[in-house]
Amino acid sequence: MALLQIAEPGEATAPHQHRLAVGIDLGTTNSLVATVKSGVAEVLPNADGDPLLPSVVRYGKDAPAIVGSAAKLSQAEDPENTIVSVKRFMGRGIADVARYGALPYRFVDAPGMVKIETVAGVKSPVDVSAEILKVLRVQAEASLAGELVGAVITVPAYFDDAQRQATRDAARLAGINVLRLLNEPTAAAVAYGLDNASEGTFAVFDLGGGTFDISILRLAKGIFEVLATNGDSSLGGDDFDQAIGAHWRNANGIASASHRDTRRLLMKAREVKELLTTQENAETTLPLSYGQEFRLKLSRAEFQAMTAALVQRTLQPVKKALRDAKLSVGDIDGIVMVGGATRMPHVQKAVADFFGRTPLNNLDPDKVVALGAAIQANVLAGNRAADDLLLLDVIPLSLGLETMGGLVEKVIPRNSTIPMARAQEFTTFKDGQTAMAIHVVQGERELVKDCRSLARFELRGIPPMVAGAVRIQVLFQVDADGLLSVSARETVSGAETRIEVKPSYGLTDIEIAGMLKASFSHAEEDLLARALSEQRVEAARMIEALQAALAKDGEVLLSADERADISAAMNDLARIVERDNHLAIKEAIARLSTVTEDFAARRMDRSVADALRGRKLEDVKI
Amino acid sequence: MTPDFSKNHFDLFALPVSFDIDVPALERAYRDLQREVHPDRFAAASDAEKRLAAQWATRANEGYLTLKTPLKRGRYFLRIHGIDTEEESNTAMPLDFLEQQMAWREAVVDAKAARDEQKLDALAAQRDGEEKIMFAQLARELSAAATLTDARLTVRKLRFLEKLGEEIDEALEALTA
Repeated sequence: MALLQIAEPGEATAPHQHRLAVGIDLGTTNSLVATVKSGVAEVLPNADGDPLLPSVVRYGKDAPAIVGSAAKLSQAEDPENTIVSVKRFMGRGIADVARYGALPYRFVDAPGMVKIETVAGVKSPVDVSAEILKVLRVQAEASLAGELVGAVITVPAYFDDAQRQATRDAARLAGINVLRLLNEPTAAAVAYGLDNASEGTFAVFDLGGGTFDISILRLAKGIFEVLATNGDSSLGGDDFDQAIGAHWRNANGIASASHRDTRRLLMKAREVKELLTTQENAETTLPLSYGQEFRLKLSRAEFQAMTAALVQRTLQPVKKALRDAKLSVGDIDGIVMVGGATRMPHVQKAVADFFGRTPLNNLDPDKVVALGAAIQANVLAGNRAADDLLLLDVIPLSLGLETMGGLVEKVIPRNSTIPMARAQEFTTFKDGQTAMAIHVVQGERELVKDCRSLARFELRGIPPMVAGAVRIQVLFQVDADGLLSVSARETVSGAETRIEVKPSYGLTDIEIAGMLKASFSHAEEDLLARALSEQRVEAARMIEALQAALAKDGEVLLSADERADISAAMNDLARIVERDNHLAIKEAIARLSTVTEDFAARRMDRSVADALRGRKLEDVKI
Repeated sequence: MTPDFSKNHFDLFALPVSFDIDVPALERAYRDLQREVHPDRFAAASDAEKRLAAQWATRANEGYLTLKTPLKRGRYFLRIHGIDTEEESNTAMPLDFLEQQMAWREAVVDAKAARDEQKLDALAAQRDGEEKIMFAQLARELSAAATLTDARLTVRKLRFLEKLGEEIDEALEALTA
């Protein structure tokens, strides 16, 4: 690379290349990948022209995993090794998955998250999800003919920290740079709101295959502000299948079945459920492995009666979300329906009755989330001025700490807009106490045992003092992905002990690297090539952004010396990029980043000042 | 480098330091600020810029929440005037106020046990009315330097009412669950 050219201040830099970024809806039943082409969001179909990839992974002995339709077709044949609806297991323990009803898997209890024993070894839900994501990445790269800058991956709004962390780990394992984790109802609102140029207060009712979310959003001038969210991360279309399955078992005296028969029964239940969306009656035959065959019937009225309680379960979170948003039903200007399960007529009716108005169904409920994610990915990749679109989202569940007596002290309440940070002070219980156990939990209940445990760590080296004299400040930080990090420090003695914790189930960077390495056939070379390519992309991105910043503000905000320092560091990086050493590039990026810190801070300060004078930076002529 | 956070929340949103605020102006300023500083605008920027964006956006969220919520705003207004509301340490309350609070809490517990939704709604309405009167008093006390210290008690009373509101909400939630 030649020496870098820097444009005159005020002179526009060359338009940058379109960066390939995608939105991925990693669904319970189906997964999709979408992108923005020529300003329009569209779902990228696979080689067969199918936009939906069934979220099904079949493991074989000494063979690569099969993902999608082929795996789905074999689910009754090989149920133990064919993982369906893996999203329901993400970040979940064995006790949680036991509540889902009869499932044909050999579950293995593991700390933090359940695992599944397959013919290809023990797999965690993160591994299984990574297989699905890998297929989507390859599909997108083939379709777009290029390498992805990154992806926005959607998660249910009501996913807790463990489930979000698991999703991000799966994406990293699939070799995807995660631009953002985006809440599914928010993604749907983006697709819907931009499509209809809507303004006002909207409720997004999202009933998917395994999760339920309700989000209340205010849309105004391109800002999507989530006012409140609620839900049930273990309620979805699968529960309706389970209800039908249980009914047939009882009504027909189907004996406690094998894994294979359990899977067949659930497949037939789903088939009949879908038929009942358009028909009053449906029937099917269920051949079981021991030779017997059942004729199974169901009417829509029977189905609706047996699942009325499930539909009712969606309305409690809706009421809570409205209460948290301090709104009533009459304040809602529209209801957007998302997720395949909202096709069921009694779900539509219950929502319409509750809100007293007909829900909006004008976007495909299966695609709307992926489309919204693609739009956000396009913004985050820098292909679109972020000016006209901004998402302000919230955390769904309160975050807190365990205090004496197993009680929860809430540090950040639910529905706080992210990013958010909050510090809380604690003290010692005993004289001379030198260590403190810090237990981070998530949930709304008062007792620790009723909340989800996220992490435990110990703060050591507290100077011995009388009980109550020590001040321990615990800082909770939630980033724009909704992920938490916690640090603690002892403030009285000045001896700072700072610990960064990641939730216990999350994978460390080293673990991810190890897993990635294991998954590549030509491990070393591939990994190095990938790392090099990533660092080069990063370097190019940084140089481009810096050049634009210098062209705009370099003259005004920097002295000649400062400009010279930055140019030197930038030229240094440009030279090092040419070498095949990803670590050297990484270091040069870090050096440039350090040199430009003050410049970044000054630019930010000025943006803030300009924003409050009601002027956009772009309008300021210098 | 950490951004300059020495400004108070009112300054951050270019609003006059007053308990009585122009809520639409606050909302506008908050949105304008987030448009500039939100991490989504820096997804392709350097780590330093990302960190700054996260700090600024966090600060904007915290300030917005504080000023938007009347009780938090009152407490904050007192704090920047050097007055601690002593909500943890000072438990002295006029007897009649405490008696009324206890009567209300008992009524909530009874209504919850009797699964009387109407009664709970009525209590909520009564509480809302009381809170409105007390916020008007807080506004008066915070508008003059001489009465700022009186406002401490009003803030503490409002905290009681806030807790009562939470209890009523929980009772209503328990009924409908």
